[in-house]
Amino acid sequence: MTVTSTRLRPDRRSRVRQFSTADRVALTLLIGIPTLIHVAFVWFPAVATVVLSFTNWNGIVGVGGIRFVGFRNYWEIFTVFESDVFSAAINNGVLVVFLFLGPTAVGVFFAYLLDKNLRGGAIYQSIFYTPVVLSLAVVGFIWRSVMYSPRQGLISTVLGRTAPGNQIDWLGDRSHLLSIGDYGLSKNFVAILAAMAWRHVGYIMVLYLAGLKSVDTQLREAAAIDGCNEWQAFKRVVFPAMKPVNVVVGVITVIEALRAFDIVFALNSPRGMELLSILVTDNLIGEGGGNVGRGSAYGVVLLLLCVGFITWYLANHFRREQAR
Amino acid sequence: MLLGGTGLASARGRVGSTPAGSASGTLTFGSNYSDEIPRTAMQAVLDGFPNDNVEVRVNTVDHNSYQENITNYLQQPDDVMAWFTGYRLQFFAAQGLVGDITDVWEGIDNIGDNFKATCTGEDGKQYMVPFYNYPWAVHYKPSLFEEHGFEIPTTLDELTALATEMQGAGLTPFSLGNDAAWPAMGTFDILNMRINGYQFHVDLMAGEGEWTSDEVREVFATWETLLPFHQSGPNGRTWQEAAQALNAGETGMMLLGTFISEQFADNLDDLAFFPFPEVNPEHGMDSIDAPIDGFMMAADPDNEEASKEMLAYLATGEAQITYLTLNPGSVAVASDADQSGYTDLQLASAELIAETPNIAQFLDRDTNPEFAANVMGDALADFLADPGSIDSILSDVEERKQVIFT
Repeated sequence: MTVTSTRLRPDRRSRVRQFSTADRVALTLLIGIPTLIHVAFVWFPAVATVVLSFTNWNGIVGVGGIRFVGFRNYWEIFTVFESDVFSAAINNGVLVVFLFLGPTAVGVFFAYLLDKNLRGGAIYQSIFYTPVVLSLAVVGFIWRSVMYSPRQGLISTVLGRTAPGNQIDWLGDRSHLLSIGDYGLSKNFVAILAAMAWRHVGYIMVLYLAGLKSVDTQLREAAAIDGCNEWQAFKRVVFPAMKPVNVVVGVITVIEALRAFDIVFALNSPRGMELLSILVTDNLIGEGGGNVGRGSAYGVVLLLLCVGFITWYLANHFRREQAR
Repeated sequence: MLLGGTGLASARGRVGSTPAGSASGTLTFGSNYSDEIPRTAMQAVLDGFPNDNVEVRVNTVDHNSYQENITNYLQQPDDVMAWFTGYRLQFFAAQGLVGDITDVWEGIDNIGDNFKATCTGEDGKQYMVPFYNYPWAVHYKPSLFEEHGFEIPTTLDELTALATEMQGAGLTPFSLGNDAAWPAMGTFDILNMRINGYQFHVDLMAGEGEWTSDEVREVFATWETLLPFHQSGPNGRTWQEAAQALNAGETGMMLLGTFISEQFADNLDDLAFFPFPEVNPEHGMDSIDAPIDGFMMAADPDNEEASKEMLAYLATGEAQITYLTLNPGSVAVASDADQSGYTDLQLASAELIAETPNIAQFLDRDTNPEFAANVMGDALADFLADPGSIDSILSDVEERKQVIFT
């Protein structure tokens, strides 16, 4: 990186500040098209969601059927459906913390190990990455029927808890492990954290592994010569050198935690596993769907949480950066 | 497999009597018959479609996902689609998402008016053809009852006594699997209709009754006395697993639709049912849930002619019997269906439906879909998890009902 930028510098100074027509066309296309796509597929839906959250629309009749209702959807969410939205917010929050402390750390660790060119590294890599590419239906089947079935599931069988009066309701028991007033962390949500981790580890691992490949091996050799042990080398040399990837991994972890959806959906979203994204889909596309206004209002709550978390995370990161 | 083979052969044999139509081209067919037995049986029905000029493309979607995605799906639908009759149809018909097939019904003379009514939208037009229906009843294994000398109960007291006796014999009296949150609706429905009667059920489903009323509380109070007799931890158990526990002799009874027979494919002779016993003498056993499944057409099908031919074919006794031979969990709605091949269970189903004066559909088919899917499923799951919190559950239901039904 450093090498290339120094080499570029003299060019930049001497550059003529006029673009040829071909340059202009190329620039317009290269910047214009992505911008257009970005606006059309990111900003337009986001703004539309915010607008729709102030309306009453069943999503079926034409856009002429949209009626503005002010803050009614928000009022309903926080007074009538409040137990759903607070439970969901708590679960999403727990997920952020859990993913950082657990699967993200483990994924980074696995990536570090695999980067050592272990024998059969590609096989491990494939095994850990498989969960990320499995389809929703398969994931649902694996966790509901193979792993957590109270009568014939793997875990219950290993624990010897398959007898009729002695079964564990892994996915249905929404009683609280930790209570905060009327709300809390449900037991079945804790059970499903294992499934979330199972997917997240592979994702982070592949991402981090790609980053590690770009770390100059000379850096590590230098560290080794200076007498660093493995942990010191990782903490003081590799990890700081991976800064751009670390930011991406952090942001992805937050986003994954807040938009978590598929596994819970594949399990028929049992009580205790409320998530904001599930509330959104229940209201938009579920059989109880056709409630675009309220669904969008849940979406806006989710959007605000995401933006809030990411801003906080990045601000924190850059502040630390500047302090150095 | 053997069953599948013979069924296919007999289906082909009967096809001759339906005249082949003039339609041609491709017909897309959306199916939620996703478990193995229903899927094979539905394929046999489609193979029996008499018009060889029409190529039927089947799009099978997991049963629960199909329901959950229905609103979205109906906006890019297949030509002919599986669905449920009643309020659940009318709601989508009223939005203009389902095709008018009144002209198909003009050619149907083998299906009764009570069925036709459930296929009719609020505007008086028909939007579905019914295919089969099935009663919800208490299933048991006759061999088990014989072995222990259990008697079929006809009142709630007898049911409670039987359940206690079963516990004494080391059995869990009731199987219950409420994963996906609809099976418990069957228990609620039958207790509600036994205690408060059919009309109360209809009003409550229409959003008119109050969920915090004494009548509804009485239903949950009765249910609570029965809960200790049920398998614990029902919310994480699929109905299939619960049915297997019954099949394995771990439990004594299970309230479910007769589609439970899918889990008894190896043991069909040892499955029988009785209607849920009387609770309130005023209403006796005068109502049951007997949901109707059928098929509808897209509002704007790619191949309308073939769609209507297909729907007319599905309304025939032959098509229905082709299906029901391979998946004998339900009974045909067509009066010309050849019942000679019915299993004992099917004969009993037909008899129960015929002799019960009030036929309800099912909670999630008799009320607003949003109310059923987003409110009642959760509320009943919460009740099963923590019966003590019923007061706050019901006040939440009432509050949400008022928002949804406005």
